[in-house]
Amino acid sequence: MLEVDVSHRLGSFNLDVRFDSAEGLTALFGRSGAGKTSVVNIIGGLIRPDRGRVVVDGRVLCDTQRRIFVPAHWRRIGYVFQEGRLFPHLTVRQNLLYGRWFTPAAQRHERLDDVVDLLGIGHLLGRRPALLSGGEKQRVAIGRALLASPRLLLMDEPLASLDDARKDEILPYIERLRDEIKLPIVYVSHAITEVTRLASTLVVLSGGRVAAAGLLTDIMGRPDLFPLAGRYEAGSVLEAKVAEHDTAFDLTVLSCAAGRLRVPRVDLATGSEIRLRIRARDIIVAVQQPQGLSALNVLPGRLAEIGPLEGPIVEVRIDLNGQFVTARITRKTVHDLQLAPGREVFAVIKTIALDHRSLGLSGRPHDTPQRADHKRF
Amino acid sequence: MPPWLHFSPEELTAIALSLKVSIWAVVVSLPFGVAAAMLLARCDFWGKSLFTGIIHLPLVLPPVVTGFILLILFGRHGPLGIFFADVFHLVFAFRWTGAALACGLMGFPLMVRAIRLSIEAIDRRVEIAAGTLGANPAWVFITITLPLILPGVLAGMVLAFARALGEFGATITFVSSIPGQTETLPLAIYTFTQVPGGELGALRLTLVSVIISLAAVLVSEWLARKATRHTHGT
Repeated sequence: MLEVDVSHRLGSFNLDVRFDSAEGLTALFGRSGAGKTSVVNIIGGLIRPDRGRVVVDGRVLCDTQRRIFVPAHWRRIGYVFQEGRLFPHLTVRQNLLYGRWFTPAAQRHERLDDVVDLLGIGHLLGRRPALLSGGEKQRVAIGRALLASPRLLLMDEPLASLDDARKDEILPYIERLRDEIKLPIVYVSHAITEVTRLASTLVVLSGGRVAAAGLLTDIMGRPDLFPLAGRYEAGSVLEAKVAEHDTAFDLTVLSCAAGRLRVPRVDLATGSEIRLRIRARDIIVAVQQPQGLSALNVLPGRLAEIGPLEGPIVEVRIDLNGQFVTARITRKTVHDLQLAPGREVFAVIKTIALDHRSLGLSGRPHDTPQRADHKRF
Repeated sequence: MPPWLHFSPEELTAIALSLKVSIWAVVVSLPFGVAAAMLLARCDFWGKSLFTGIIHLPLVLPPVVTGFILLILFGRHGPLGIFFADVFHLVFAFRWTGAALACGLMGFPLMVRAIRLSIEAIDRRVEIAAGTLGANPAWVFITITLPLILPGVLAGMVLAFARALGEFGATITFVSSIPGQTETLPLAIYTFTQVPGGELGALRLTLVSVIISLAAVLVSEWLARKATRHTHGT
């Protein structure tokens, strides 16, 4: 779907990046200054790389060896910028229809009404951008990019300038783009919560290079990448299904290979696929089945790997019946409990730690689309 | 109407001529003004300082000098005068077209400056966004840049118009003061003050000058406010 292999020099910063991605949402993740925006600018044709190739959907957009460089306005790649960049002199409706004007009629695959519905911006059509809130602007910017009927959508930290409430307002819409329209998306973010909720493929950038690339579930469990994610938010991702709802206590039970997990109630039909992020700091490791505990989730597993034994804290990987989670525990615990790879342990996870920010609709490429009745959690 | 407000046919001719000359001067110089402003605001090229200097020359040169240079270049035997007469059948010497040329040139630096400032104030990232939506650079200019600089363009046009209306030195040097052909308002006022009993005529034309200039400023203020409201949606 997308092949990127480029190197480019920006002042003293060297970008040298190579990755492929399949359908679905590809997240470019890394700290500020890792080169994420430069990569999307190269894909979008806003930067001409010094060397390399960019191929989208089999179409070569840039190949320095063959002297090919398709200018941005011929690429049909949508771009949602961090600051929206709406046209201030046009109404929301005119903003939305702007790109349509330049799209050949035969290639227009989005309709205004559908996009307006999808993004919930019908009541804004007559307004000018100056009168919109930050979240509204971003939704209009997404709609504007969609209505140009792009082959690929680039989103450069579209939520970075918004507060948490506005982020929660927009995230479901991005999930719908991914699942309902099935638009390939490249999503730049330095927020691990957004990435784990949205991405199917993850590309971790660090210092202008690819530190890791692959399926999100594979990459997220790797302790060696934790410093890039930031230790506080570091964790693992589990794919699960909604098994049942416990209406009496307002809980939802999820089932996955690792076992059954209780989380605060989510409004999803039973059988829905869901993705769950568990922060390494929220997992307690026990060597015996604990009793009389307030935490509801106790999953049996086997210790797979123990990270470097230095400093106060150690990352350990636990194999929960084929699904892996990472826990952060003290080095003293490892010593006192005589933990070693292969040891049978229990992973204890508080239900409270698994709030709506940890949960996202599963965005795996070949899922059947889930309909709009579960927009939000 | 009091008798002193009765305009003579000569005075009416001067008023009409002045309006014609100024309007043509502004309209014809506008595309060049926008192009020069874009060049100065957006492009870096060899000799840019010299180019800037030449554009601003009419602002700093004595108008008589500008008029004389025009006479040398665009007069009947001047190189450009011959060229325009041969190729476009356009004669400037001692015609109202020459007055319009002189007026347009004198107002040009003011127009370019106003437009350039508004171009520099545009958020270029919005233009880049338009490019990602499929608009080529020409369409970006027409649909995004031009509407956003409209207030600056209007301001530049009014400044140039006012300058054209008041232009005296370059005009009289280049095309002389021929009633009905090149005698614009300032020249007519000057002529009136040179003949005995001409004060009333001079006063009437002065009044007209004030009214036209004031009207131009008010109209441009109104248009600019409308344009700004339009862009900022309030």
